[in-house]
Amino acid sequence: MINPDRQGHQYPPAAPYQVSREAIREFAQAVKASHPAHHELEAAQALGHRDLVAPPSFAVIIAQRAEAAVVNDAEAGIDFSRVVHAEERFTHQHPILAGDTLAAQVTLERIRSMGAGAMVTTRVEISAADGEPRATVTSSLLVRTEEDPA
Amino acid sequence: MNKPVLADLEKGQQIGSRELSFSRADLLRYAAASGDHNPIHWNDRFAREVGLDGVIAHGMLTMGSAVGLVSDWAGDPGAVVDYQARFTKPVPVPDVQTGSPESPTARLLITGKIGAVDAEERRVRIDLTVEMLQPAAEAQGQSPTEEPDQEPTRTKVLAKSQAVVLL
Repeated sequence: MINPDRQGHQYPPAAPYQVSREAIREFAQAVKASHPAHHELEAAQALGHRDLVAPPSFAVIIAQRAEAAVVNDAEAGIDFSRVVHAEERFTHQHPILAGDTLAAQVTLERIRSMGAGAMVTTRVEISAADGEPRATVTSSLLVRTEEDPA
Repeated sequence: MNKPVLADLEKGQQIGSRELSFSRADLLRYAAASGDHNPIHWNDRFAREVGLDGVIAHGMLTMGSAVGLVSDWAGDPGAVVDYQARFTKPVPVPDVQTGSPESPTARLLITGKIGAVDAEERRVRIDLTVEMLQPAAEAQGQSPTEEPDQEPTRTKVLAKSQAVVLL
């Protein structure tokens, strides 16, 4: 059973994520992002960035690691075995760059009952080692709850 | 690379379009790069057991690929300060019948237009339309070879797909 009282719960931060150039290049290739600032240091620096720039949805890697705390939260009572991804939003306070070490903290922002399921919204705050905010990732999953009554 | 000039921009202008295609190999690459190893994106049997017709693309692959149009238009991917989407329809990526798993089996058409310009804050909202292209016959569950000359059907797979660029 989904526990609506868990709404608003803030989980301990996930292990820091170190952003490597190779991870940015691999992710950019996977999302067919050919902009040179993802791949060549000189191109990124020519735009004024310290290092390679991550694609706009790269933060999903870090967010999903943090969201694991919600998935594994027995008290929340959410069965994540059958979920449909409904919505995603990235808000960048500063671009994510290679060389960053990023902390991520997830909050179970909202649980909304919907028919035979629930819409579960999580918010992940990603910040740099010095505490400066980098990105906010909001994710909504449609969760099917109960078994068939039959 | 030329960056757009804020003073030249107004609501309704097109920023361009591009076609993307996905193969089974693309889904494998996205799974590896993103850490999302959900088997609905690589195992047909598992996908059918959870009620799908077969393997589908990661919603985040569709969303993450579509925004490349905006990054390239902006001239700097770091200028994309906000990006959101709703996932409305799955994108099936069937196994190719013969030959290399790199052969694409899903096609998307991405088009972008300016949805809002905030000159004071130097922020421009780009509204993306992300459509799956399927041969008309295939969309109706028929063999795709019957009428090859028909226009493909278009199905929107993302809604409210908006990116904000800081210029």
